[in-house]
Amino acid sequence: MDEGFLSNVNWDNMLEATWETVYMSSIAIVFTFILGIALGLLLFLTSRNQLWSNPVINWFTAAFVNIFRSIPFIILIILLIPFTVAILNTMLGPQAALPALIIGAAPFYARLVEIGLREVDKGVIEAARSMGSNQFQIIFKVLLPESMPALISGITVTSIALVGYTAMAGVIGAGGLGDLAYRDGFQRNNAEVTLVATVITLVIVFIFQGIGDVLTRKLDKR
Amino acid sequence: MIRINDVSKVFKTKAASINAVQNVELNIEQGEIFGIIGYSGAGKSTLIRLLNLLEVPSSGFIKIADYDMMTLRGKELRKARQEISMIFQHFNLLWSRTVRQNIAYPLEIAGVSSAKRKERVDELIKLVGLEGRGDAYPSQLSGGQKQRVGIARALANNPKVLLCDEATSALDPKTTSQILDLLYDINQKLGLTIVLITHEMHVIHKICGRVAVMEDGKVVEQGAVLDVFRNPSEEITRAFVKQITENDESLEVIEDQLDDANGTVVKLTFVGERTEKPFVSELIRNVDIDVNILQGNIARTKDGSYGTLFISLEGSEDKVKAALAFLENHEVQAEVITHG
Repeated sequence: MDEGFLSNVNWDNMLEATWETVYMSSIAIVFTFILGIALGLLLFLTSRNQLWSNPVINWFTAAFVNIFRSIPFIILIILLIPFTVAILNTMLGPQAALPALIIGAAPFYARLVEIGLREVDKGVIEAARSMGSNQFQIIFKVLLPESMPALISGITVTSIALVGYTAMAGVIGAGGLGDLAYRDGFQRNNAEVTLVATVITLVIVFIFQGIGDVLTRKLDKR
Repeated sequence: MIRINDVSKVFKTKAASINAVQNVELNIEQGEIFGIIGYSGAGKSTLIRLLNLLEVPSSGFIKIADYDMMTLRGKELRKARQEISMIFQHFNLLWSRTVRQNIAYPLEIAGVSSAKRKERVDELIKLVGLEGRGDAYPSQLSGGQKQRVGIARALANNPKVLLCDEATSALDPKTTSQILDLLYDINQKLGLTIVLITHEMHVIHKICGRVAVMEDGKVVEQGAVLDVFRNPSEEITRAFVKQITENDESLEVIEDQLDDANGTVVKLTFVGERTEKPFVSELIRNVDIDVNILQGNIARTKDGSYGTLFISLEGSEDKVKAALAFLENHEVQAEVITHG
C-alpha cells in the first residue's frame, strides 16, 4: 500500500459512487413523494368521517402500507428482484435499486403524510365546502397546501432513511457509496475508503436535511 | 327568502340517537337580519349547517332563494353554496394563503378569471376595511381582522344569504361591536339576508330585527326582537333578556338595598319611546311621592330601546298605590320587588 493519509483512496471510483448514491436517492425521493402523498391521501380520505369514508378501502390501504413498512429493507430488495427484472429488464446498477427504494420508503412516508393531513383544521375544510369547493379543489387547494410544511419535513426524514437504504442496495450490485465501502473498504480491508465514504454520506444527509429545514421554515406561515 | 319547514336532524350513534334539531319552522324574509339564540348544545350550530347542507337534514323541507335545497346534489349544490356563504367562529382561513389569496379562493372556485379576481379582491378589501393588509398572512392579523377577511371571502361571489356561525364569539367586546357594525352596514348596503346564531343576547339586540330562541333542538319562541324583549314567554328567553338588562352585580346591590330601603322597591321595565320620556319627574309631580333611584340600565336595540330601572318609592301606602297606578297608565311595567 502507498504511504500517506488517504493515498489509498481511488477518487474516480469515489466520485462515481457518490454520483450513484445521489442519483438513486434523488429519483427515489421524487417518486416516494408522489406515491407517498397518493397513499397518504387515500389513507386519510377513506378514514372515518372524511370525504371518501370507506372502511374497506381504508383497511386494504392500511394493510398494504403496514406490510411494506414492516419488511426489513434488505429482504424487500431480494423479494422484489423478479419485479425489478420484469419492469427494468435488469437487476444491476443504480436504476435496479429504485423499485425497492420507492416501495420501501413510500409506505413509511404515507403514514407521515396521513399524520400531516390530520393536522389540517377541520373548520377550514368545512369552510371550503361551504364555498362550493369540489373534492379535487379541497385536496389540491386546501389539504395539500395547508399540510405542506408537514409533508416537506416528512419527506426530509424519509430521504435520510433513503440514503441509508441506498447503501444496503449495494448488495444487489446497485453501486453507490455503501457498495464501495463494502467492497473496497471491508472486503479489501481499506479503512480509508470506508472513512471517506462515511464522510461523504454524512455530507449528503446534512445537505438533504438543510434543504428540508429551509423549505419547511419558508412554507410555514402559521 | 329562506323557508324552513318541519326540519329535523337526528345523529345516530351506536349507543343512542340524538335529536339535534326537531321540527323547526322558520321563515326568514329577504334583507332581514335574523338571529337564532340558544345555549351551547341547543342545536343552533347544527341548524345553521342544515341550511347549506353541510349537515344533511333527516327530514323536512328547506328552500333558500329559488333553491329547493333537499333535492340538490353534486354540482348544483356546490353552485347553490356559492350564493349561501358562511362565516365562522374561528374564522377558518387558509393560513398558507395571504389575505388577498384567501379572499380570492371562492372566486377561483367559481372560475373567475385572474384579472377579474384581482379587481374584486380590491373592492372587497376596501369594503371590509383591510386596506394595506392584503399581503399579510392570517397569523399576522388580529381576531377582528381575521373575521373581516372571513366576511370579505364570504361576500366574494355576491351571495344572497350570509350565515354567521357564532361569528363574534371568539372576539373581545369592542371588536365584536365593530364586526356587528360591519355586518349591519353590509346588510343595509347590499340588501343581504343574514342569519346569525349566537349565545349572546347583546348580539341579537344590536343588529337583529327578529329572533328565534332555541332549546333542546326546538325553536321555543320567535318574533320581533323588541316584542320578545317586552314579553318573553319562555323561562329561557327571560334568562337571555336578563343578560343585558340585569347583571348579577346589579341584582346583588338591589338585594342589599332591599334590607335598608324604607320604601317599596319597584322594578320598571320600559320599551321603545317610553325610555325617552321624563316619566319619573312626571310621577313625582303627579303623585307627590319621594322616588329614590337605585339602579338603571338601558339597552339599545335596532328598532328602539329597552330598559329597566329599579326605584324605591317612599311615602304612605296610598301614595305608593297611586304611584303604581300612574305607572300602569303610562305603559310602564312595574313589578314590586320583595325578598325572594
